[in-house]
Amino acid sequence: MADLSELLRGAVAGERLPLARLLTAIENDMPGLRELLPELFAAGRGGHLVGITGPPGSGKSTLVNALTEEWRRRGRRVGIVAVDPSSPYTGGAIMGDRIRMMGHAADQDVFMRSMASRGELGGIAAATWMAAAALDAAGYDPILIETVGAGQSEVEVARLAETTVVVEVPEMGDEVQAIKAGLLEVADLLVVNKGDRPGADLAARHLRAMLSTAGGRVTRKPPPIMVTAAISGDGVGALADAIDAHRSAARSADAVHRRAGHQLQRALADLAVRRAARDPAWAATLKSVADREIDPFTAAERLLPEDG
Amino acid sequence: MDDPRSTPIRVLIAKPGLDGHDRGAKVLARGLRDEGFEVIYTGLRQTPEMIVDAAEQEDVDVIGMSILSGAHMALLPRVVELSKSRGMDDVLIAAGGIIPDADVAKLKASGIAEVFGPGTSIGQIAGYFREHARRRA
Repeated sequence: MADLSELLRGAVAGERLPLARLLTAIENDMPGLRELLPELFAAGRGGHLVGITGPPGSGKSTLVNALTEEWRRRGRRVGIVAVDPSSPYTGGAIMGDRIRMMGHAADQDVFMRSMASRGELGGIAAATWMAAAALDAAGYDPILIETVGAGQSEVEVARLAETTVVVEVPEMGDEVQAIKAGLLEVADLLVVNKGDRPGADLAARHLRAMLSTAGGRVTRKPPPIMVTAAISGDGVGALADAIDAHRSAARSADAVHRRAGHQLQRALADLAVRRAARDPAWAATLKSVADREIDPFTAAERLLPEDG
Repeated sequence: MDDPRSTPIRVLIAKPGLDGHDRGAKVLARGLRDEGFEVIYTGLRQTPEMIVDAAEQEDVDVIGMSILSGAHMALLPRVVELSKSRGMDDVLIAAGGIIPDADVAKLKASGIAEVFGPGTSIGQIAGYFREHARRRA
């Protein structure tokens, strides 16, 4: 494996294999990676970081493919990180997001990388974010992060992005589904995909009604709701416009500050876990929690003492 | 920390050429996942250029190609050639499917590491990949 700085220089110069190998180093959290981060960060070119999430089967990959086509027509170079879950039992994963993307396989201005979420302690949010930083340094803009919106970690990945697009489908359920808290709340743009199916406009209306009547402590403006049919391309141009338009809002002082807060929290939590896991007391502490001798919160305090 | 195999082997499974029979490829993809591999499945009707481009971006350790059309002599050596020209000399390239014995030797001479015929078990293929895929730092 070549020196990481050298890989970064190759990536910045537009070479694809060094970029791919840098992404591997990030995925594997290779020695030397932490030292490279300031350099990686400084090499950033300000590409728009866009998170795309939603339930399995909502058409995220097809939509990413359609958006890529649209942005390529506009002369943009598109970087994509597609995250898929690893099996908690074997550590293996099947990543099929490329199936919908093979039309761009030979396009030198599209770079797509599949990443498995790997273990809980691996910090997929951090790895994804660093991978996006590498694509940014290589000059891709926008950079899309595609995740299955099924759990907390995906919501977190989405929150690291500047613009978060949540993809739903007409069959998402009755209107009560739309008022449940969670994924919808992190959306900067809401998309009802598979808009060629019956009920798409109704679903969009339900979402609009639910989100616009939210009062109380909600100070955020409800996100725009758009209908697309990724498979035919209907509505995709308008969605690309809306994502591009959100870029400046995402870079307001407020938004930047909020995101920096999430990132710092995330980085701090990852660091604390990594350090605690190296602590010789880790195994014994884990065992006492498993044996119900102490509660996990007290255990955490022991691993991270106040004056430590 | 929680998994001794901290860096899973990454495998690209591809279907070069025009045959549409991908059941074997899908069974293998699932089997390798269950063996702890990270499998990138690219789907049907791939050209050698598409396969090598995908393998490069994904920085895979292994390219596995399933082919039943009879076009293996035209397509598989081309994948080896393209991989080498991109500096991916250390990627293990293997094939499976219906390939006559007479061609197996020629494919191996062209740089295809191994050819797995009908009746090969998932375990055999996983074992071969574990033994021969490059080691990461």
